[in-house]
Amino acid sequence: MGQVVALDSLFHSRQVWHGRAAPLPGSSEPTGWPMLDAVLPTGGWPEHAMTEILLPADGVGELQLVLPTLARMTQAQRHVMVVAPPYVPCVAGWEARGVVMAQVDIVQAADRDVLWAAEQCLRSGSCAAVLAWPMQADDRALRRLQVAADTGKALAFVFRDRRHAAHASPAALRLELESEPAPRVHVRKCRGGNPPAQAVALAAGWS
Amino acid sequence: MLWACVLLPQLALDGVLRRRPPSDEPLVLVSGPAQGRIVHAANASARAAGLYRGQRLTAAQALLPSFVMIEHSAGDEMHWHRLLAAWAYRYSGDVGLLPHAVVLEVSRSLNLFGPWPHFESLLREDLVGLGFRHRIALAPTPQAAYVLAGVEDGMAVLDAPKLRGALSFIDVARARLPDGAAASLQSMGIRTLGQMLALPRAGLQRRFGGDLVAHIDRLLGDEPSPMESYRPPDTFDQRMEWTHEIEHVEALVFPLRRLTGDLSAYLAGRDGGVQRFELLLEHRDVPPTRVSVGMLAAAREASLLFDCARGRLERVALPQPVVAMQLLAPDLPPFVPAGRDLFDARPANAMPLDQLRERLRSRLGEQSIQHLRRTVDPRPERAQTAEPGTKEMPRREGLPRPAWLLGTPRPWRGPPPELLAGPERIETGWWDGGEIRRDYYVARTAQGQYAWIYGAPGEQGAWMLHGWFA
Repeated sequence: MGQVVALDSLFHSRQVWHGRAAPLPGSSEPTGWPMLDAVLPTGGWPEHAMTEILLPADGVGELQLVLPTLARMTQAQRHVMVVAPPYVPCVAGWEARGVVMAQVDIVQAADRDVLWAAEQCLRSGSCAAVLAWPMQADDRALRRLQVAADTGKALAFVFRDRRHAAHASPAALRLELESEPAPRVHVRKCRGGNPPAQAVALAAGWS
Repeated sequence: MLWACVLLPQLALDGVLRRRPPSDEPLVLVSGPAQGRIVHAANASARAAGLYRGQRLTAAQALLPSFVMIEHSAGDEMHWHRLLAAWAYRYSGDVGLLPHAVVLEVSRSLNLFGPWPHFESLLREDLVGLGFRHRIALAPTPQAAYVLAGVEDGMAVLDAPKLRGALSFIDVARARLPDGAAASLQSMGIRTLGQMLALPRAGLQRRFGGDLVAHIDRLLGDEPSPMESYRPPDTFDQRMEWTHEIEHVEALVFPLRRLTGDLSAYLAGRDGGVQRFELLLEHRDVPPTRVSVGMLAAAREASLLFDCARGRLERVALPQPVVAMQLLAPDLPPFVPAGRDLFDARPANAMPLDQLRERLRSRLGEQSIQHLRRTVDPRPERAQTAEPGTKEMPRREGLPRPAWLLGTPRPWRGPPPELLAGPERIETGWWDGGEIRRDYYVARTAQGQYAWIYGAPGEQGAWMLHGWFA
């Protein structure tokens, strides 16, 4: 005790090992934003899991974030459910981003049914992605969605107000959008690694 | 020709039991005049207590102090009989009804459903699911199959030469011979069918008349059996009645599962589907509550029908307890099963998309699921529609369109936005009275949102917000 041992000598005598995290398998669901893919640990959306997107206001580029993914899925004849969107999806705008609207179901649900409907869609296993705008969602409800996404092997995107950022969330990936001074996305939490410190710039929604 | 006979030894009792939740309490069907009530049928636990068919009700009550008593209804029994004929019609186009039995011609069905042991297990599986006790036998003639099913369950005689041998050991009393013949034969010392068949034909004809000889010919297949072939009706109508009143909707779930299961079995037999049907919940004093169930496309899978009906039923507020429930399906459209990709990458236990949609609609409302598609109209409000249609419209490129559209444009409040692109003038619609003249701009708000706004042509004042470039 009290004897000072150089760390190098311990390494050399093989008494101490460096711990290394096992490399994560790459995601098969790229986000369509190369700069975002680059900072995410799996290089894409977490598979079979929930992604929570926190917004300061509506119309700050939240759909820009997911439309490339929806375009890729719908062009591959996979189905997408949009549960309780806050506005009407504009067909021309979505199609301009490559989404095949025939593969998109829009589900109108009252506030109290949003989580139920999203969970049914996720659990069914026949949807590739489910987008939901729950008004009242607590930690328990979100955990159910996370489990349902895992059961149904689907991607869940949950859009919520930024004020929920302070609360813990079971989501595998949490993104926070920032609109001022320029559209950017912060990774607040990501499974399999530390969230990157710097924000990723997004292209503006109309360009 | 090969005929399978499904004998239903306790059809009336099964018909009553299947609409009650499973239980062990003794249950008895009673019939006969008010002075001489007799036991028409008794379930297993009542039989264990010593009750039997034909017993006087007073004697039964002496043996067992309490049991559930239900009036036997011949009409109901006939109804179940017909339902099973409709079910059998799924397996064969030639179905006949005999007392307490359904016979079906299966020689061609075997090509489709596999060899007899496999086919037989299919039949049994279905009947167990529907909740009917049964005995099945196979023979070259319907009469012989009927006789064999009555003697032993699972007997199969595949070719005509072996039929005589198989029948020869059967007691004449159990051979379903014409009235009186069995008793006379026994008094003559003839115990089995083999002994009877060995008798000279002319003698039998003289002693018993033409009936017995004709019956023997039909039994052995020397003469064809005249049989009215069953044709399924074009509508489905089934009713369930209870002796007690049901106050909660949850308690209707079990009978509902039976009703939709029967509808599904019937539809499979008819190779049809159903798109909308109606549930009538009957009450004691007030008019029945009608629950109509509609689906997006014709369907016939039992679980899907049940899910849809249950979702609708759970939202119903009952004005009074329910005494009976009826399922009516007047219109049965053809059913086209959905194709599935051989290399489907979805999880094996995935729920089909149609079933998911029906489940959502049943809870969220009929109009809750929409598909949006483009129209040719240039006006933003009418450039897309949720109305069904398959016509593919040409796509316009180039001009910026938002991702979110407001249902109705609303006045812009707050500091004036910074204009980024525009104007795009949309001035059209004069032909139908919905004329618009607008200059659309892309603008950035103080909060950093990208908005699609418009104003009157040439003016930049009173902005209207119409969408978000989200």
